Amino acid sequence: MNSRRPLRLRLPTHDPLALVGLGIYAVFIVVAVLAPVIAPYDPTEILFTPNYDLAADRRPGEDGFLMGTTTMGRDLFSQLVWGSRSALLIGLTAAFMVALIGSIVGVVAGYFGGWVDTILMRLADVAFGIPFLPFVIVLAAFLEPSIWNVVFAMALVLWRDTGRVIRSQTLTLRTRVYVEAARVSGSSDLKIILRHVVPNILPLSFLYGSIAIGWAILTEASISFLGFGDPKSISWGFMLQDAFASQALSKGAYYWFLPPGVLIILIVSAGFFITRGYEQILFPKLDR
Amino acid sequence: MKAFSAIGARVIQTLFVLWAVVTILFFLFRLMPGSPLAAYIDPNFTPEQQDALMARFGLDKPLWQQYFIYLGNLLQGDLGESFFYRTSVADRIFALLPNTLILTFSSLILAYGIGVLAGAYLAWKRGGAVEQIAIPLVLTTRAMPEFWLGMILLAVFSFSLGWFPAGGTRPPGADYPTLWSLYTSADFWRHMTLPVLTLAIYAQGLPLLLMRSNMLDVMKEDFVTMARIKGLSSYSVVIRHAARNALLPVMTSFAIAVGYQIQGNVVVETVFSWPGLGRELVRAVSASDYPLAQGAFLMIAVVVIAMNLVADLLYAVLDPRVTRE
Repeated sequence: MNSRRPLRLRLPTHDPLALVGLGIYAVFIVVAVLAPVIAPYDPTEILFTPNYDLAADRRPGEDGFLMGTTTMGRDLFSQLVWGSRSALLIGLTAAFMVALIGSIVGVVAGYFGGWVDTILMRLADVAFGIPFLPFVIVLAAFLEPSIWNVVFAMALVLWRDTGRVIRSQTLTLRTRVYVEAARVSGSSDLKIILRHVVPNILPLSFLYGSIAIGWAILTEASISFLGFGDPKSISWGFMLQDAFASQALSKGAYYWFLPPGVLIILIVSAGFFITRGYEQILFPKLDR
Repeated sequence: MKAFSAIGARVIQTLFVLWAVVTILFFLFRLMPGSPLAAYIDPNFTPEQQDALMARFGLDKPLWQQYFIYLGNLLQGDLGESFFYRTSVADRIFALLPNTLILTFSSLILAYGIGVLAGAYLAWKRGGAVEQIAIPLVLTTRAMPEFWLGMILLAVFSFSLGWFPAGGTRPPGADYPTLWSLYTSADFWRHMTLPVLTLAIYAQGLPLLLMRSNMLDVMKEDFVTMARIKGLSSYSVVIRHAARNALLPVMTSFAIAVGYQIQGNVVVETVFSWPGLGRELVRAVSASDYPLAQGAFLMIAVVVIAMNLVADLLYAVLDPRVTRE
């Protein structure tokens, strides 16, 4: 009766890129957790030089500011460090929500079938018809602009991909011998789902969740850049908006708008590399 | 016959999705802060204007009646009046749509050209050093925030080197009597270069990766092996046999890509001050110009939904083995 447990979360040692990705993640998590210790200043604090001049538009290294300051006199290095915290927070919560909603919808639709399946899959069709970024913009603007509303708006739409994939996986599981056997021997639906279905779809949920991390970070950056982000939190998208609005482009202040983008790329592509590595572990047939 | 009923079912499904999105939009715009009238009536309108709009959208009636009036107005193409421009939203939206479409299609055509060729090349050179560098590089372009890429191109090629203008579609003061004369002017293409490049660099990853993985699948098939056994050259096998067959699914993904791109345009149009639907949506939402925001959102949604349908139909036509579920 014991179902197979293909959930093997070992290190993807066969794939150097995936290892690099895991390394990047590890560094980011450490920086995010230790942000108050690492950052020399409060990221929103307006700074002055010892002789009471506003420390505006300092270049990296000038007046002891490691990566320079903004036009408002805020320390860029501190903003970058604190930005990793919002990125991880948004990435992980959004990924969790997307994977959770998608998995529940997929399992319920696939396992029960019939009208439940029809309703849930038509809902997924509708979610596919909603333009993602415009939807998040409108929702973030109408509700209070906050990190949680951005995450909420993303989760409302992005479960669609996970839901469809998990559903089709559940459909094939439902006809397996051990599920049939459990049903014939009188196990309840809940028990069958928890013991035989969920363990087998967890790797897929994990995979789609990790894809959602990158999506969430990119989306939050876009939302903040457009000015609909959480005004209370410093994110990399907010830094880019600040730079864009403060004419950093025409001033050639590359030290200001280059690093946040590079960090976003690093963390999002790390997610891609890890995903690919685990895809090969979970679905060896896809190996190419 | 079965194919026809499958297509019919797909079209009905599309109409359902369209209706659902329109309905969500109706309730979404009544959920916003302030009075429910705010969706259509700017407090700065004169009392006569306010009364006229109240009557037009039935704003004094219960919500369910407003909903049916809204649906009826939509069917006649009436999206209300923009608070800011004081003109019909529909006129404004249709004036901006061509700018967005030309940006989207130019960048996707460029992206698919590059992506298909590079993907085929990478499949051919499978397992080599090129692949070791190219695949992570392509994944990296997918991890870039599009607006950030736009900012970098703007800073380098516009502000530092001065090769391209910083935004808009034409130099200040330049006047083109028709859309056609604008689109065929050299000025316009100079303005369009950086935004198109930004979108294309981001978009090439999808066709590239798809083309490559399809090629790898096709190259395992019997007819390719047969071609090799016949002693055809590697080039001939790859291009004449494998690439042609791998190309079809990539082409159907073009429609999906149009849908994705038109959503992503929101940020890129803002960076380059491109007068399109995406930038209009952002500006309308910031300025609480609700009718205009609703109209822009709806137009973008219509393109997304239509492109999902086109992709499915193309897929069914190109690959007869596919029937819906």
